[in-house]
Amino acid sequence: MKVLVAVKRVVDYNVKVRVAADNSGVDLNNVKMAMNPFCEIAVEEAVRLKEKGVATEIVAVAVGPKQAQEQIRTALALGADRGILVEAEDVQPLGVAKLLKAIVDEEKPDLVILGKQAIDGDNNQTGQMLAALAGMGQGTFASEVNVAEGSVKVTREIDGGLQTVELKLPAVVTTDLRLNEPRYASLPNIMKAKKKPLDTKAPGDFGVDVSPLVKTVKVEPPAERQAGVKVADVAELVDKLKNEAKVI
Amino acid sequence: MSVLVYAEHDNASLKGVTLNTVAAAQQIGGDITVLVAGSGCSAVAEEAAKIDGVAKVLLADNAAYEHQLAENVADLVAEVGKGYKYILAAATTTGKNFLPRVAALLDVQMISEISAVVDANTFLRPIYAGNAIATVQSDQETNVITVRGTSFDPVAAEGGSASVENLDLAKDAGVSSFVGEELAKSDRPDLTAADVVISGGRGMQNGDNFEMLYKVADKLGAAVGASRAAVDAGFVPNDMQVGQTGKIVAPQLYVAVGISGAIQHLAGMKDSKVIVAINKDEEAPIFQVADYGLVADLFEAVPELESKL
Ligand SMILES: Cc1cc2nc3c(=O)[nH]c(=O)nc-3n(C[C@H](O)[C@H](O)[C@H](O)COP(=O)(O)OP(=O)(O)OC[C@H]3O[C@@H](n4cnc5c(N)ncnc54)[C@H](O)[C@@H]3O)c2cc1C
Ligand SMILES: Nc1ncnc2c1ncn2[C@@H]1O[C@H](COP(=O)(O)O)[C@@H](O)[C@H]1O
Repeated sequence: MKVLVAVKRVVDYNVKVRVAADNSGVDLNNVKMAMNPFCEIAVEEAVRLKEKGVATEIVAVAVGPKQAQEQIRTALALGADRGILVEAEDVQPLGVAKLLKAIVDEEKPDLVILGKQAIDGDNNQTGQMLAALAGMGQGTFASEVNVAEGSVKVTREIDGGLQTVELKLPAVVTTDLRLNEPRYASLPNIMKAKKKPLDTKAPGDFGVDVSPLVKTVKVEPPAERQAGVKVADVAELVDKLKNEAKVI
Repeated sequence: MSVLVYAEHDNASLKGVTLNTVAAAQQIGGDITVLVAGSGCSAVAEEAAKIDGVAKVLLADNAAYEHQLAENVADLVAEVGKGYKYILAAATTTGKNFLPRVAALLDVQMISEISAVVDANTFLRPIYAGNAIATVQSDQETNVITVRGTSFDPVAAEGGSASVENLDLAKDAGVSSFVGEELAKSDRPDLTAADVVISGGRGMQNGDNFEMLYKVADKLGAAVGASRAAVDAGFVPNDMQVGQTGKIVAPQLYVAVGISGAIQHLAGMKDSKVIVAINKDEEAPIFQVADYGLVADLFEAVPELESKL
């Protein structure tokens, strides 16, 4: 079966971003970029399905600037077979979902795996939107995925614990942190990935309008917390909590 | 102007976070309708009808909605929601699961996890793990929004007397089914609603040691949370994770024990009123947000804390 994975180029999760001086967004100059961590988990899951003989082909898709090629190359180095880059900047989740839907119509994958959330916009929308547009079932926030004949069982991390659902294939899965531990790409695989096919497209090729529907008026830093104090021992801590903060 | 609020419940009773979502709806303004979708959930509709400020309750009581399957619920909400200017749900795993589907079906761009209402078209929402706050504006015909519960004080659960209208709409998309669930059982308060939260991190070393935190929690009436590292290591279940990609909490008192204070963890707790950190490393970043920092070995400090409460 064919698996499609969506990988987004985002600021590396170790970077503490700063708001740009003109409040138009965050300052991305000279900031390290990487594959969204939840997308790494998505790629890893696809690769494991291939290693188990369940998946036969993995296609990695990114919507982003030209440099998002790097993230597709990473997916190829990890085991994806080919890549598709739709070149467009700052596309909102509905636009990304529409582009992915158009690619799903062409590629006809049995399973689409996305991250549950991109750690830049923290939207947590794209997989669910794609599933709706494609009329597919969705297994979001997955911590376990078991593919069977014509269906997939997905265990989901929910607020109250865990829930398992069964979906008809084709279906959409979005990954949570506990689904797997992504591997690192080896040097030989990074070299091999350079020769794997990577198609570049534009939103217009799919007839999709990606103009933003929600406008970001400004971006500001969050309220800073006042620096606190160090207490000498437990007795002082309890005293402060009782008599100063009055929270216990 | 009209607002549809999706009720969060377990078929038996309404979840408190619905009251926070109604509070956001009130700030937007307009007539508020609450939609209760579930199975055998008429008691929930009765409860919803009493919420202060609610004009009407719609009840969709059908086996198709019993487990809140996103495919079925989204078809329902997209149809019912057509007549509304706003569709709101809590930013819980239920709301996050089905509401983007609704937005896609209505061909609108959803707005995730608002933390404030500026005016009827303008909202604040945290991005980049709360390291930036975006002001976003939407002129769309329908605004589909999830609401961060901890950012809105709940409205009163009593005081209203809305009518309850039955909806005879069975939407079974036929692509998904419920297999089973393992729900955490606890007598302690809900993590996202507790006044006091005590969380443990990798420094706890194993699951058994969390017993120390439970003892403190029981004395304080607190909920117990955890960092991702503690969940990944299998010390405690996933529903205890606090952070950017876990639960958002904002209690009166948050106690972080053996947690370093990574930005992803801070994203979930830095709106707490008072923060205490217990960590043996005086350089740990958690101390930068802590009102009271105790540099100590948690295996000595936590039992002592318990005995002094
Ligand atoms: C995509 C993504 C999403 C994430 N989402 C989340 C999230 O939602 N929530 C979250 O928490 N993290 C999240 N993380 C992980 C986050 O980056 C950190 O790795 C994690 O928070 C670290 O957990 P920790 O502080 O328990 O562990 P560590 O960073 O290992 O810190 C352990 C601390 O315990 C202290 N300690 C050890 N022994 C003792 C002792 N005996 N007494 C006192 N102190 C002691 C140490 O000094 C240290 O500071 C996410 C990461 C990624 C990439
Ligand atoms: N521009 C993009 N390119 C590729 N995949 C994306 C893009 N935006 C979102 N996704 C996918 O959707 C997931 C959730 O993103 P979001 O809905 O933005 O939080 C990500 O983890 C990706 O798998």
